[in-house]
Amino acid sequence: MADNKFDYYLDGKTGKWEVIIGLEVHAQVTSRAKLFSGSSTKFGSDPNTQVSLVDAAMPGMLPVINKFCIEQAVKTGLGLKAKINRFSKFDRKNYFYADLPQGYQISQFKFPIVGEGEIVLDMPYGTKVVGIERLHLEQDAGKSLHDQDPENSFVDLNRSGIALMEIVGKPDLRSPEEVGQYVKKLRSIMRYLNTCDGNMDEGSLRADVNVSVRKQGSQQLGTRCEIKNVNSIKFMQQAIEYEAKRQIDIIEDGGTINQETRLYDTKKNETRSMRSKEDAHDYRYFPDPDLLPLVLDSEFIENIKKTLPELPDEKKHRLMNDFGLSSYDASIIISEKDISDYYEDVAKNSDYKLAANWMIVELFGILNKEGKEIKDSPVSAVNLSKLINLIKNGTISGKIAKTVFEQMVQRNENPEVIIEKSGLKQQSDPKELEIIIDNIIKNNQDKVIEYKSGKIKLFSFFVGQAMKDTAGKGNPQLINNILSKKLK
Amino acid sequence: MLIYPNFSSSLMTINKETVKKISKLSRIASNEEFENSMIKDLNSILKFVEQLNELNISNTEPLSSVVDQKLYQRDDVEKKINEKKDILQNSPVKNENYFVVPKIIE
Repeated sequence: MADNKFDYYLDGKTGKWEVIIGLEVHAQVTSRAKLFSGSSTKFGSDPNTQVSLVDAAMPGMLPVINKFCIEQAVKTGLGLKAKINRFSKFDRKNYFYADLPQGYQISQFKFPIVGEGEIVLDMPYGTKVVGIERLHLEQDAGKSLHDQDPENSFVDLNRSGIALMEIVGKPDLRSPEEVGQYVKKLRSIMRYLNTCDGNMDEGSLRADVNVSVRKQGSQQLGTRCEIKNVNSIKFMQQAIEYEAKRQIDIIEDGGTINQETRLYDTKKNETRSMRSKEDAHDYRYFPDPDLLPLVLDSEFIENIKKTLPELPDEKKHRLMNDFGLSSYDASIIISEKDISDYYEDVAKNSDYKLAANWMIVELFGILNKEGKEIKDSPVSAVNLSKLINLIKNGTISGKIAKTVFEQMVQRNENPEVIIEKSGLKQQSDPKELEIIIDNIIKNNQDKVIEYKSGKIKLFSFFVGQAMKDTAGKGNPQLINNILSKKLK
Repeated sequence: MLIYPNFSSSLMTINKETVKKISKLSRIASNEEFENSMIKDLNSILKFVEQLNELNISNTEPLSSVVDQKLYQRDDVEKKINEKKDILQNSPVKNENYFVVPKIIE
């Protein structure tokens, strides 16, 4: 991997610049009810139909914490190999906004539920460990719609009070590529754990992106800007690139960077200062008097540990060690829970190595071409495992299998039926093949003489003839064996 | 930042700037008279609290709650009551489904 060195540095007038990035990811907790009320968390319901008096912050309403949300946060923490804090507390983060009825967000400031952890990234230049600073529980705000009316904004509080995990990463990321891998890996871990569905289109996963720059080789951190609420990996990457260049230009022109909150305009591909957030960091946190400290006993944590599924990194090692998959193939298989589940369904009924090859080369080829996700695969896992078994037991050759696969893509049909109907079954009777090969040898005596006098390349000519005469159905292994014997 | 201020380090004083800032952050209308009276009140409160500094608390854990009870927790069960009418009733401006507020976009 000597050619694959990290090389993301931006060119300025005065030399090369390194980009320093840290992410605060907001991940919606998968749960039925909200963090402090019994309202439903269902996405896409009619506006303001899932708002209890607690969520609407009516006077006298008191928050009661959802136990399952605590378990989900601990589970995610364990998945990030993080320290679980037996003692944590809820604080009020105070600010005014139309979609925040309480006038404060219940969050965890000084004592978060989860402490330091890590995420391992597979980069082309090797593995990279990115630090997690902390994970804490907090309430989501409501949603404002700005495009319904020229004068007004509309507020829907259905989202208000849904549990969020804020996962604060250390400023260890150095390129948009690493940011993409980081978000994907984090999302994949949470999907394996079933603690967050990671659906960025529905806002279940969004991030604040902190960006600063420094001259290549410098060890000092520059002043950072925070880009708020970016909801797709592509936009994060574009925003970082724009913001880094903006900062470099300012510094090279003799200016200084103001620490500020900026927003990313996806239409114009630029970041700009958010004036409304001038006081954004003056949240006047204080302990929420409505909630007692959250104390977890070790048994509670141990019980959650026991329910942890196999996580992507562990699975990768198992696939490499037990089934001889390459690091590259294993990384692709584990990258998404949906892919990994599909793979397990195929492999456990057929062959781990062949299943990986067929998925990565043939199936993903088709999916990419048709712009589909694995969950919409035109070929079911059951049928793909059948196809692999047909290759394994010699019923069809790998070449014929590709033809069969093409038909399976057209109409997700059982490959056994396709082979039966189209007469594609492999010709594996040695006697029949011997007759065909004898004929070929008889009709090509000149070639046989050439071959025997040393032109061994001609061997493939004979194989080709045999395949032609069997309409591509001859068992290649058998043909090879018979030819070797006959031409000796 | 007024985050968990550390009162023991030095006496904190409230000036006009601080009052103006807190008023703004709390969305409380402010004027000269109000500011002057607040400066007086808040400083006298702080001075009163300052007495705590006479105690040596270097070996005392911060108190997180005076209630000797565990945090009450509920199960993850959805309550299927639609309270849309009730909660929208209090909105000064609304339409059929939404709270309506002056445009808040940048």
